[in-house]
Amino acid sequence: MQEFILPANNSEMRLITLLIPLLPFIGFLINGLGNRKLPKGLAGLIGCASVLGSFLLSLYLFFGFEGYGNRPYTTQIFDWINVANLQIPFAFQIDQLSLVMLLLVTGVGSVIHIYSAGYMSHDENFGKFFSFLNLFVFSMLLLVMGANYVMMFVGWEGVGLCSYLLIGFWNKVTPYNNAAKKAFIINRIGDLGFLLGIFLIFITYGSVSYGEVFNQASQLNQVNDGVVIAITLLLFVGAMGKSAQLPLYTWLPDAMAGPTPVSALIHAATMVTAGIYMVIRSNVLYTLAPDTLEFVAIIGLATALFAATIGLFQNDIKKVLAYSTVSQLGYMFLALGVMAYSSSLFHVLTHAFFKALLFLGAGSVIHAMSGEQDLRRMGGLKKVLPITFLTFLIGTLAISGIPPFAGFFSKDELLAHVFVHSKVMWAFGLLTSFMTAFYMFRLLYLAFFGEFRGTEEQRKHLHESPAVMTIPLIILAILSTIGGFMGLPAVFSQNHMLGNFLSPIYELARRAVPSAFEAHHLSHETEYMLMAVSVAVAVVAIILAYMIYGKKKSIPAEEGATLSPLHKLVYNKYYVDELYDAIIVKPVMAMSTGLHRFVEKGLIDPIVNGFGKATLGGGRTLRFVQSGATGSYILMMVLGIALILLLNFII
Amino acid sequence: MLTALLILWPAVAALLVLLVKGQGAKKVAFGAALVELLLGIYAWIGFNPADSSAQYLINLPWIASAGIVFKVGMDGISLLLMLLTVFLLPLIILSTFRHNYERPSSFYALILFMQTGLIGVFTALDAFLFYFFWEVALIPIYFIAGLWGGENRIRVTFKFFLYTVFGSLFMLAAFVYLYFQTPGTHTSELSAFYQLVLDAGTQSWLFWFLFIAFAIKMPVFPFHTWQPDTYAEAPAAGTMLLSGIMLKMGIYGVLRWLLPVVPLGVSQWSTVAIVLAIIGIVYGAIIAIRQHDMKRLIAFSSISHVGLIAAGLFTLTEQGLQGVMVQMLSHGINVVGLFFIIDIIQQRTGTREIAAMGGITQKAPFLTVCFMVLMLGAVALPLTNGFVGEFLLLMGVYQYNAWMGAVAGLTIILGAVYMLRMFQRVMFGETNHITDVFTDLTFTEKAVLVPLVIMVFWIGLNPNTFLNISEPAIGQLLNVINR
Repeated sequence: MQEFILPANNSEMRLITLLIPLLPFIGFLINGLGNRKLPKGLAGLIGCASVLGSFLLSLYLFFGFEGYGNRPYTTQIFDWINVANLQIPFAFQIDQLSLVMLLLVTGVGSVIHIYSAGYMSHDENFGKFFSFLNLFVFSMLLLVMGANYVMMFVGWEGVGLCSYLLIGFWNKVTPYNNAAKKAFIINRIGDLGFLLGIFLIFITYGSVSYGEVFNQASQLNQVNDGVVIAITLLLFVGAMGKSAQLPLYTWLPDAMAGPTPVSALIHAATMVTAGIYMVIRSNVLYTLAPDTLEFVAIIGLATALFAATIGLFQNDIKKVLAYSTVSQLGYMFLALGVMAYSSSLFHVLTHAFFKALLFLGAGSVIHAMSGEQDLRRMGGLKKVLPITFLTFLIGTLAISGIPPFAGFFSKDELLAHVFVHSKVMWAFGLLTSFMTAFYMFRLLYLAFFGEFRGTEEQRKHLHESPAVMTIPLIILAILSTIGGFMGLPAVFSQNHMLGNFLSPIYELARRAVPSAFEAHHLSHETEYMLMAVSVAVAVVAIILAYMIYGKKKSIPAEEGATLSPLHKLVYNKYYVDELYDAIIVKPVMAMSTGLHRFVEKGLIDPIVNGFGKATLGGGRTLRFVQSGATGSYILMMVLGIALILLLNFII
Repeated sequence: MLTALLILWPAVAALLVLLVKGQGAKKVAFGAALVELLLGIYAWIGFNPADSSAQYLINLPWIASAGIVFKVGMDGISLLLMLLTVFLLPLIILSTFRHNYERPSSFYALILFMQTGLIGVFTALDAFLFYFFWEVALIPIYFIAGLWGGENRIRVTFKFFLYTVFGSLFMLAAFVYLYFQTPGTHTSELSAFYQLVLDAGTQSWLFWFLFIAFAIKMPVFPFHTWQPDTYAEAPAAGTMLLSGIMLKMGIYGVLRWLLPVVPLGVSQWSTVAIVLAIIGIVYGAIIAIRQHDMKRLIAFSSISHVGLIAAGLFTLTEQGLQGVMVQMLSHGINVVGLFFIIDIIQQRTGTREIAAMGGITQKAPFLTVCFMVLMLGAVALPLTNGFVGEFLLLMGVYQYNAWMGAVAGLTIILGAVYMLRMFQRVMFGETNHITDVFTDLTFTEKAVLVPLVIMVFWIGLNPNTFLNISEPAIGQLLNVINR
């Protein structure tokens, strides 16, 4: 299956491919230039319609793909950077992987845009919000549609910028600005790795275009070739930053400072899964580097476990969801690490549905609570927020892995692959699953059950959100319910729709390393057993959460209460932020002052000045300077030089 | 003729400006710079990009008995720097319309006079002619900084002056030596220098003589200490001239008068030069993080950015050298824009202290957008000009040595640290009594910033416009170096 270049005369497909990212970009321009001038209704309409338009066009490409011979195609928009043998075209590639990502980004993106029109309706910078949101979708589309690594990098940094702009959207508030800055800088650490990976790719394969690179790699490289390991590790550093993996995850919980739709779209459903996209896109390279994959699996598992433990004790509704996201992303990398690429993408999709749902549900709660995010101030909300409650419940069941909700299928499939790879990893994965179900139901009980614990004022203001917000919740709830059926396990059906659809993108990898793709068929008994264990673990966790937060109605301790040392350690997120501050931020700051004071002013400058004084004969000259006749003095010097020059001519 | 016209017109215009009394001088100067811009564009249109040799060539005897000629012309490298100069100069003049400097006719005549020197440096094809223009370009900036600068201008300008003259003398000595190595009755033509066959030992010391002159000008660590003080003390227009155009003289000098003249010296010392340059990248960036004064912050950031350009120079790879070309343009555009924005803020608030500001974005959305775009260019965000340059430069350095590429790449992270820190503290947060009355850009200010913002995206989106111009000349240069 060779990719081919879209014929230049096929202007229809070219136009559609171009329009998909262009529509949100136009939306960005209109709303950006018209902020505060356009009426809110129009601004919202433009913002939503542009993304919805891209979604429809993506559907058109998706359904037309088969008719097009199921072959990936690229289309070049223009020559971007050409230097000698380095050719970087501004080009898009449509294949199975980018189609799935396109539908995800524009589909979930549309739903969240519509929700935002309600959520942000009171904000004076409504137009600016939509313009940033559209710019984000544009960048994300470049990321998943680009036909070479530099295009991916363009989108990669573009979404980083939008993330920065949207986390700090309410830019009067300094902590929000700090969170935005932190996100950008930590992402840049990852980006440097990505960039170096691109350089090494170019040096090794003489190209940065996917088709060329993967073809070369599949023929040139041996399994575990040093250079492939280096490339994949460097790229993975980029993924660690963007997808918030250990040790570069600390920006994501802070990113919750942004408006809640931003958390749903960027920091749960789409941008943070870019790292997974990158690895799947580079599956040829990763398949050639099993050592890197093992590392990816370990990082993923460690992140999944680590973040889940923090999630157990968080009291801010969005923070719980944020750590949950970090943890679920860890799951996805774990799946990548065991070469279950499609299963990982399956989880990307279902996670996008249920996590976007949970975030938007949380947004609805926060909206009703007049901005309150502390679970200790909530309680009993199911009566006043019935739709939010029901949809949130579905999301919670989905993430906990209860059948038949979407999360069950993707998580089950993922864990089955891990089971084949390593029983120990599977056990830890299961432990994470246990904690996930626990903290999610803890959240559910604290927010929606029991007595209301907020202020009188908040109680009076409580209300279900308007339809513009609840309809997106319902859509996402439906997707979270049925989304799993695109990948039914083998015991139920031989037709794994997603897996079959994606299968061609691994063809080169399969050819390069056939052994890696030998199917490990689990017996049906084992498969049933794994499923039963997963569900049982989740159910136990739910019962435990019910006992503590449902039946006993325990409320987490207030700030300042004495906690056991272990509880305190976890509650304070293992003091990782404090650690980074002590070992990185403070030393760099001290170095900044130190270099300026001691090296610049204390060493180099005195040497230079001393040299100058020595050559000029010290005090006499300086007195001359202080006489104020410097202008004429300089002139004399210059004339002197001109004279020397003239003398040179004469000689 | 066009090259000579480009060199002479600003000098003639400078004399005309001297005749104008009062603040009318600024308008005359602006008009003259626009004429020069049109001449430059005309040269661009007529330029044959496929040709790697110098075009618009003029070769007149000057001091015939000594074999010194008035030989000027433009290949792609020269053309790009000429274009940068004629593009930035009217904007820099326009940016001063908000000030009423004393003795305006002298001030503007000096700026125009400087342009003559700059264009001369970028087009001269004779060593002594190059040296002559090099000094011609320097004289006006001494006066601009020394007469219209801040409180410490005398001390600072004097240091700058001594430092650069010190460097120039080394260059002159090297030129004189090279001149006497040419066969026959001796000549100082560039092409004759390229044909010299010198042993490695000679090239070794010649390398340092030339390198010191150019390294001081750029400046490269540790020859940079004149720079932050001079940038801080010079009037805004002077800082823009120095950082936007003048430091490119040093980079250009290396390209034209060092690399191809002493290639054996380069192969001996390139590692040292790149290491110094990379130290400068990290050193400048780290110091920039905690600067209180916006102007000094950008000054140190400039040391960092120029360090990367300097490193790219000595990689002798096509990517590295083309990166040098495009980053010279980008840096000129971004740094001039940023210094102008600082000048605007200083004029409105009376201070350049970062800590004293806050919330300006609420008062000045147009300024915010311009500032943001230029900042993103400076931190090399893709699709802005800075990305193209830094991408190519870092790739060049990476090809030279992967570890050096990784260390140089720290600029990607550190650049974001100091720029976002400044931007956040100045633009975001609540307003205070200083920024409460801040007003958005005036028409003239927009007229300066909008062209710069357009260029940020032009170079970012279609760098080939400019890369294509310099590609044959860079290829030719590499041929000469590898002869």
